[in-house]
Amino acid sequence: MTNTNADTRLSLFLKGMLDALPLIVGGVPFGIIFGTLSLNAGLDIWQTIGLSSIVFAGSAQFVAVGMLAAGTSLGFIVGATIIVNLRHLIYAASLLPHIKHLGQRWRIPLGFLLIDEVFAATYPRYMNNPESTLNHWHYFGVGMAFYISWNVATVVGIFFGSNIEGIDTWGLDFAMAATFIGMVMPHLINKPMIAGVITSGLLSVLTYDLPHKLGLILSAIVGMAVGYGLELWLQSSKEKQS
Amino acid sequence: MNDVNIWLLIALMALVTFSIRYALYARANSVALPKRLEQALKYSAPCVLTAIWVPAVMMPSGELALNLNNPYLIGGIIAIVIGWWKKNILLTIVLSMISFFAYKWLVL
Repeated sequence: MTNTNADTRLSLFLKGMLDALPLIVGGVPFGIIFGTLSLNAGLDIWQTIGLSSIVFAGSAQFVAVGMLAAGTSLGFIVGATIIVNLRHLIYAASLLPHIKHLGQRWRIPLGFLLIDEVFAATYPRYMNNPESTLNHWHYFGVGMAFYISWNVATVVGIFFGSNIEGIDTWGLDFAMAATFIGMVMPHLINKPMIAGVITSGLLSVLTYDLPHKLGLILSAIVGMAVGYGLELWLQSSKEKQS
Repeated sequence: MNDVNIWLLIALMALVTFSIRYALYARANSVALPKRLEQALKYSAPCVLTAIWVPAVMMPSGELALNLNNPYLIGGIIAIVIGWWKKNILLTIVLSMISFFAYKWLVL
């Protein structure tokens, strides 16, 4: 991909929206099932729309609604939200050098829109066109496309949920698993990453019954430690040989 | 939980979610993450996402279901194979979802 001066703000914004499409395919069914599940968990229409439009965090919304249905108290749900969303910090860290030149007027909306799918769709643009100073328009286009589709899907889910009998048994939530698998697989290109991900996956099953989603954070932290530990160990054994 | 508490919950979730995403951006000009932390953090997203999707696929109703009656497992395996082989997100999502629904409705 080459960067040309022909890239205008508008063309980058539209290109961002286009680049968001593959992930929107997985996001829409997930948003629909969120809308239906949220009503089943006892939230009203506006609270459901509020979660998607103000919080805008797919898996955390899913976890929160599940915990609400199970009668978990507020503090633990907020705690689980922090745990589930902590990974966004790494996305912010990765994009940090690229947004330094922007004012807060840009950083606030770009921060708000920083979800898994947005990062996955816009980061390659930054990597392939490091010299462009307009990449944030691409980021913004990806983010807006995802924000709009997520909220429309939620409303569709609310509508379906109250009109179509048994939609919650269709298995639309498989879309989340499919999307996450699609996002993880391209990362599995070296031994440390594979070891970390396998560790995390095994532990997530073994620790599933721990309360308050503790198993999720435990599995992720141990997986990260195994991956990074192996990376350091491979590095040091390589240095010893040379 | 009553309505007031649900709105309070939504507000708090919005606050912590935005804070996590915006914290580094807020002071982008003066923050530099330690190199080691940055290296370790690259494992974060794949590990967290995996800790979410593995139980979703292997135990969709809360109990381990490693059998052919579990369409999530079949769809998940197909997603893993396509994702690993093609490294293409759209292809992985579309083909595995078609397989999942086909298996669920036609086979089971």
